[in-house]
Amino acid sequence: MANETPLWEVFIRPRNGLSHKHVGSLHAADEVLALQAARDVYTRRGEGNSIWVVRSVDIVASDPDQSAENFDPTAEKIYRHPTFYEIPEDVGHM
Amino acid sequence: MYSQGLIGADGRTEETEDFLAAFQRRMDAEEKIEPNDAMPEGYRRTLVRQIGQHAHSEIVGMLPEGNWITRAPSLKRKAALLAKVQDEGGHGLYLYSAAETLGVTREQMTEELLSGKAKYSSIFNYPTLSWADIGIIGWLVDGAAIMNQIPLCRCSYGPYARAMIRVCREESFHQRQGYELCLTLSRGTEAQKAMLQDALDRWWWPCLMMFGPHDGDSLHSDQSMAWKIKRFSNDDLRQKFIDATVPQGEYLGLTFPDPELKWNEEKGGYDHGPIDWEEFWRVVKGGGQMNRDRITARKKAWDEGAWVREAALVHAEKRRARQLAAE
Amino acid sequence: MAPDLELFDAVLELADDHLVLGHRLSEWCGHAPMLEEDLALPNMALDLIGTARTLYDHAGRLEGQGRDEDTLAYLRGDRAYRNLLLVERENGDFAHTMLRQLYFSAFMHPYWEAALGSSDAVISGVAGKAVKEMAYHIRHAAEWVIRLGDGTEESARRMGAAVDALHLYTPELFEEGAAAGCDALPARAAMRGAFDSTIAQVFAEAGLCVPEVAYPPSGGRRGLHGEELGPMLAEMQSLHRAHPGALW
Repeated sequence: MANETPLWEVFIRPRNGLSHKHVGSLHAADEVLALQAARDVYTRRGEGNSIWVVRSVDIVASDPDQSAENFDPTAEKIYRHPTFYEIPEDVGHM
Repeated sequence: MYSQGLIGADGRTEETEDFLAAFQRRMDAEEKIEPNDAMPEGYRRTLVRQIGQHAHSEIVGMLPEGNWITRAPSLKRKAALLAKVQDEGGHGLYLYSAAETLGVTREQMTEELLSGKAKYSSIFNYPTLSWADIGIIGWLVDGAAIMNQIPLCRCSYGPYARAMIRVCREESFHQRQGYELCLTLSRGTEAQKAMLQDALDRWWWPCLMMFGPHDGDSLHSDQSMAWKIKRFSNDDLRQKFIDATVPQGEYLGLTFPDPELKWNEEKGGYDHGPIDWEEFWRVVKGGGQMNRDRITARKKAWDEGAWVREAALVHAEKRRARQLAAE
Repeated sequence: MAPDLELFDAVLELADDHLVLGHRLSEWCGHAPMLEEDLALPNMALDLIGTARTLYDHAGRLEGQGRDEDTLAYLRGDRAYRNLLLVERENGDFAHTMLRQLYFSAFMHPYWEAALGSSDAVISGVAGKAVKEMAYHIRHAAEWVIRLGDGTEESARRMGAAVDALHLYTPELFEEGAAAGCDALPARAAMRGAFDSTIAQVFAEAGLCVPEVAYPPSGGRRGLHGEELGPMLAEMQSLHRAHPGALW
């Protein structure tokens, strides 16, 4: 419906040094009201010091039907992980 | 606050047996389902209905307690109650958002509530007649809701489980707030003590009904359990609630309005008298004292806010046009 | 602490402003135009009630008669209340409520800024907290006044009606009242420039005009209120007064 107030996704950074994390969503007519609402809804208990809002329709998501082709092939590339390589203990921590 | 045993679930589903079996294997492995994942239509429909009912309960639940914000007898209580009722609005908002990941909109759910089609927890169709009701609601109604909600934090549907984790975290002050309020009344004047007992007398049975019908009479409960939408049976949760609550009430010097309530050593829990299920169904189906008033109040807020919502949308359109023109 | 009745009266005026407006905002909880505002309005109400509590507590100490925050809030009648007429006005529609909030916060923000350096430690402490709260209240209210003023035909009409109904109460904001002789509090008249510039800026964006006020009502500081405060206090105080001496 055209007259529905758009949906926004809200991301909060709990404190400096951490990245923004998705916390939920809300409805607002525009980005200014969305930020205000995010502040009033999602930071009532000191949950963070920075807010991002993104229109939900602007999020492009990967298709769960493609998740096997997207993510399974990495499973066998064990040489990307440090434990794949044996280093003698005498060498020390690496 | 306030999920209640799901009323009128519809778990019908038409997928192939292979699909359903594969889905069930994911459930049995305690995998979480996320919004775009393939899921049986019955699973989706059950969740939409349950999350919707839960959200509506939070929103309608603002009204009975909201009735006392303007009369709270101290400024400290006024602030606490206002913060609590506001939290309930927040919980409704988180839950509507979770339901929206399943392809319904908040507007659609609101329409269903206002038309009387959607259900919500029966407990909110009782009036709040005294200040003690605010304490009893915090202690018992929130207490019952917490029993229901903690298992939902492990619900198989990711967005619902995440919303419930947030709700439970915020909820922890509600029950303590209510019990402390009751405690103050129980140590107060004779009139305050009488007020508290009267409130318990009116709310005790409706609180037990919040857990929904007995397991044997609860339709579709098995399917919800298999899908990990529901984790414990209605009767188990009700028993857990009674066992936790009775000693707390005795500490307050209260008498529970059930002559058959007594400790059963053998089962390690309390026995209780029969619940009036006729009353439960009457209230669920719209015949409670406050059903009409609750919906009327929600409808009034929604209708009277229409011009505000519309103005914000029209202004947003103008802003966008101006931004484009300036570029 | 030696009683300071002049400052007591002045702090009481401020406390009454905050409680009455906080109470009015709290009436919206559960009835707002959208769920997001059902959360925003109580946030602002809680800010105001919190400030009122600190100020009542302080006033009680300045008076030195043992009156605490609840005695001052619940056991004075409307003639003893010293709040501004603006804040006691009924909520009306969302346009009225947002405009009333804008007027109040557009005044209080520079006021608390000036009070940051107060010789009274409680006042400067309150100011430190309130100046941030008022900055947000201005923003929240202003964004709505702009959207309603420059939204639909109906919203513009309602916003205009709110200005007609409420602007005349703004001159009272600048009356010194009991604070006239108190060094611990800023001179209220000095807020004129900041207030006018905030309102002018918001009104320009909202397409609203600042009306001429021929006969500004006044009297809140002397206990001469309109007819809306009495019923509000009667409701607010009813339970507390029905049980004299009870603890809650």
